[in-house]
Amino acid sequence: MIRDITIGQYYPAASKVHVLDPRVKIICTFLYLFSLFTFQNLMGYALAALFLAACVRLAKVPFRYIVRGLKPILVLLMITALFNLFLTPGGEILFTFWRLKVTDQGLRTAVYMTVRLIFLIMGASLMTLTTTPNALTDGLEKMLSPLNHIKVPVHEISMIMSIALRFIPILLEETDKIMKAQTARGADLESGNIIQKAKAMVPILVPLFVSAFRRANDLAMAMEARCYRGGEGRTKMKPLIYGRKDYIAYLVTVAYTAIAFWAGRYLPFHIWIF
Amino acid sequence: MSIKLDHVSYVYSEGTAYHKQALKNVSLEILQGQFVGVIGHTGSGKSTLIQHLNGLMKATEGTIYYNGENIYEKGYPLKELRSQVGLVFQYPEYQLFEADVFTDVCFGPKNQGLSAEECKERAKEALEMVGLKEKYYNRSPFELSGGQKRRAAIAGVLAMRPKVFILDEPTAGLDPKGRDEILDTIASLHRESDMTVVLVSHSMEDIARYVERIIVMNQGEVLFDDAPKKVFAHYRELERVGLAAPQVTYIMHGLKERGLSVSTDATLIEEAADEIMAAMKKERAE
Repeated sequence: MIRDITIGQYYPAASKVHVLDPRVKIICTFLYLFSLFTFQNLMGYALAALFLAACVRLAKVPFRYIVRGLKPILVLLMITALFNLFLTPGGEILFTFWRLKVTDQGLRTAVYMTVRLIFLIMGASLMTLTTTPNALTDGLEKMLSPLNHIKVPVHEISMIMSIALRFIPILLEETDKIMKAQTARGADLESGNIIQKAKAMVPILVPLFVSAFRRANDLAMAMEARCYRGGEGRTKMKPLIYGRKDYIAYLVTVAYTAIAFWAGRYLPFHIWIF
Repeated sequence: MSIKLDHVSYVYSEGTAYHKQALKNVSLEILQGQFVGVIGHTGSGKSTLIQHLNGLMKATEGTIYYNGENIYEKGYPLKELRSQVGLVFQYPEYQLFEADVFTDVCFGPKNQGLSAEECKERAKEALEMVGLKEKYYNRSPFELSGGQKRRAAIAGVLAMRPKVFILDEPTAGLDPKGRDEILDTIASLHRESDMTVVLVSHSMEDIARYVERIIVMNQGEVLFDDAPKKVFAHYRELERVGLAAPQVTYIMHGLKERGLSVSTDATLIEEAADEIMAAMKKERAE
């Protein structure tokens, strides 16, 4: 039932991308996303596609996993494309469809925008597919640690995030189990109108809340028992330290960004109206 | 009543990185009135197996027949099946949700569409069967002790008057006294009605005392399916898959190896004691 939902869709594999420092992956992803928004011609997109393809190849993540990330934003993509297609002012009219005019400018913007969004999601998916949620929060904590100086509780925030992420699969599994148990007692979770359906949720929500509180209590107790007292003076078992591979990754990404930025502006090639 | 599994296989998360085959080509039949033990190591597929028996999980391959009817057929009344095949999950007390014990036990019968009167009658009967005293009926389930909660939860399924009663590790997390009480209750339920009982456990000692047939699961496959004595005779193989025969089996085998002429198929301490006494008397006479 609910087990099929994957959150924090990490794809385990032994690849050069998986072992990178999470900070590298976060910053490089941002650089890549930034580069996407600077392109003014096809060359930029071609370079971005090449770079992305190379990264995916290196990460050993099956391509269909990366495409899967696009599913939830399919509607958004279509709306963006349609609005840009019909509502961009200016340019030559290519053809008229009922009362809507499609201009070359509109078509160009629509295609660029859609491709940009697709690349953006694929890039971000690659990051979440190759980094465990915990590594991501670790990376964020380290990156944001300067904010400690202005009294932002960075460690506490990231601890809350890791715990929340850690509990998602546990609570999903729990929900699945409770749903099954109540179904076994003849509970009907699917039929009926909205009020009946809401009422049918009570036998699931009550045990789920009780169990969430119980788990939270147990966890708090276990943390106390191990003398957890917040981030101050706390060291890590696996501290994040940049290695050679991380510097290489930075170098490659910065080089890509610079070249793509330049080529995306000054090295145009044209196909039809693009 | 019979439940028949025909070449049933089940795969978790098919087509993802977490692909796992939980059941491999399982074929077996559970007959009316049997007391069956399902045993296996953690992750051997025993919980997956029993969730197939009342149609909560759908096999990726193979068919299941209840009274000869294919339960995967379109339009098969799964709800009816679930009220006939009662399933008590592991740690069932975590599924209690009503304000008091009695109302919670009524939940099952109510879902069967029975009248309020009948629900009450059934709940009362079920609570009596599990031996929960009347003074607890109006308490909140969260006020009870662990063992009492579990009794209440078991009563919740019993109140549906299932023909087949399946319990997934009903003794997990209980102290020895609570464990014996629960198992004795289940055994007397089986004795006094013609209910079929399927008991899942990873403890041979628990199971040996009560059941008439043991299904040993290992990595999603049925390793053995036989009477306890015959299954325990394979005690070396059981060890290899992370299980153990009852301690009595080891003692009897040990004695035999050292020259005492005892039969090695005793599974209960009482049986073993009689057997040893008899053998020693015989030896002395010679």
